[in-house]
Amino acid sequence: MTDVSNKIREEAGKLLEKGEVDVIIGFEKGSIPLSATPCFIRNEADIEKLIWNEYCGNNLSLYLSKARGKIGIIAKGCDTRAIVELIKEKQVQRERIVIIGVPCEGMLDRKRIMIRCQSRNITGIEDQGRQLLITGDSLNVAVEKDEFFYPACQVCANRNPVMCDVFIGNTIEEQKTDEFTDVTDFNEKPSEERWAYITDEIDRCIRCYACRNACPLCYCKECFVDATQPQWVGKTIEQSDTLSFHIMRSIHLAGRCIECGACERACPVMVDIRKLNRKMSADVKNMFGYKTGLDIDQPAPLSVFKPDDSEEFILDI
Amino acid sequence: MDYRIIKKSKITEYLNNLINEYVIFAPIEKDDIVLYDRIKSGDEVILDYSNSVNSPKEAVIPQLETLISCKNNEDITCVKEHLDEQKRFLLFGARPCDARSLLFLDKVFNDEKCRDVYYMNRRNALTIISLGCTRPQETCFCTTTGGSPFSSEGSDLLFVDIGDDYIIQVITEKGAELVEKLDLENTQNDELTKMDIVINKSKARIEPEMELKILKDKLDSSFEGSAWEILTEKCLSCGICTYHCPTCHCFDMIDEETKGKVERIRLWDSCQFPHFTMQTSGFNPRPTYKERYRQRIMHKFSYCFDNYNMAGCVGCGRCVSQCPVNLDIRQVLTAFYGKHEEIRL
Repeated sequence: MTDVSNKIREEAGKLLEKGEVDVIIGFEKGSIPLSATPCFIRNEADIEKLIWNEYCGNNLSLYLSKARGKIGIIAKGCDTRAIVELIKEKQVQRERIVIIGVPCEGMLDRKRIMIRCQSRNITGIEDQGRQLLITGDSLNVAVEKDEFFYPACQVCANRNPVMCDVFIGNTIEEQKTDEFTDVTDFNEKPSEERWAYITDEIDRCIRCYACRNACPLCYCKECFVDATQPQWVGKTIEQSDTLSFHIMRSIHLAGRCIECGACERACPVMVDIRKLNRKMSADVKNMFGYKTGLDIDQPAPLSVFKPDDSEEFILDI
Repeated sequence: MDYRIIKKSKITEYLNNLINEYVIFAPIEKDDIVLYDRIKSGDEVILDYSNSVNSPKEAVIPQLETLISCKNNEDITCVKEHLDEQKRFLLFGARPCDARSLLFLDKVFNDEKCRDVYYMNRRNALTIISLGCTRPQETCFCTTTGGSPFSSEGSDLLFVDIGDDYIIQVITEKGAELVEKLDLENTQNDELTKMDIVINKSKARIEPEMELKILKDKLDSSFEGSAWEILTEKCLSCGICTYHCPTCHCFDMIDEETKGKVERIRLWDSCQFPHFTMQTSGFNPRPTYKERYRQRIMHKFSYCFDNYNMAGCVGCGRCVSQCPVNLDIRQVLTAFYGKHEEIRL
């Protein structure tokens, strides 16, 4: 990890020095244990702040449309998939960004680790490769990393950047996951059980919109849920309103969601938001043979028409 | 002060005795996370916890509440006000920071010039039993905002954990009434000594980080600075920090027509949302995350001093631990306070 951090600093330094970019979007050390935080480096003197570790979970591509000038961005596999979609959707100009790609073996779920640590004060974290030894206030636990990677990371099939200008480190082996077994398993349950699961999850939602705001593909200037004239969705936290928001958002992301899991990571009450999006991704893959964020030249399935397009979802045949 | 003692193992039994008389809110574990929620039985309560994800403000300002309603096709005289008599309400196991937050909310909603009857209806029925913090977290900063891990401000009873028992500090008459009802034993001197040790040990761990009066002056003179843009660049403008903040209290009012009736509903709103300040003309005085985040900080650490002579923050640290991009309010404040590194422009 230190090696990778150093290489990131080196490459970022070069880009800033040569004036090839105005800003580097990367990660710096977080203010609390088990965290890293997005940072914007404009000055060569600040390059040392850049770090890389297993807490760099945020999808930084969401900042691309906000930042001005030429941008260098540190990007994991999922981040690059988001960039591909953003370029396709003309939200980001390819020539305006320099992608510093970093392979990623999964990011650790701080919230779940904190639950494991009973939210006690952490004073020491010893990284032993597969394990974290965490010590603190009446606290001494060994955390198996494998159990604490984000759910999205556990089924990730793009750990290497799919597109980049500078590559840091070595290509790593992709996980051999049959990507949508989770969706298939869930589909096999009786509908009452599925409904109960989804509504139980959604009932915790407080409508803070962190899921939407953390999503790199949710860039609409005015989200349908905020519109007041007309008002498409009720504003309350009644189940029908909250569920409408999540279902509509999920459908809006069909064929666009790149499955980074940023929504789920941002959620303060740990709602399994990915459940809906994964189903959409599985459907898009099955019906249109399309996987998002891989090829800049492949048109998005819902923005083109082909006479032999699947019509299953319209005709229910 | 009057002190009593209670065995930890008896808590469940006592809560069960009170459950018919009170609606009890307490920390429970639900789907792995700790939340303040209404309990049906004393068994549900967890006492070994740091702090809950949500704040107990929901007990007095629920996220969603119907203020008035009217059946369809009825004239205006049929409007029904939803101010039913409240059952007595017990908030058990709140942290001292959260108990203090109620004193702040009182200043907002129980102002002489403008008293919120819906708030007061709930507030008057509320008794607060707080649980002092023997283990403040790294995200806690209550002492900076004028509180402490064993502050009794806002509580009716304060529990101090001394091992197998809790020492109960009786703070108010409401608290005394409850203590009498439960017929609790008096304390011995050695138990009080134990209590002092616990309190001092915890206090020593959480030193104030700055002087808030000085901070206010610094913030007031920095309103226009470019620092805001730099410090808040990573902000997502989501509502986590405001919705889970015990003192944030902004709301929206909507009229909804559903199920054959029209309701006027009050629900939480957040200054972090673009639509919060959107005007009918289409103009938005706080168009970006910079203005919105600045508003949150200025409101809590400057305007609240002007209006209520206290900070609008109790240092519970929820916004610190839950922010999806780790935008740490303490770092923002120290940047303006000038204690830490300069903000590089």
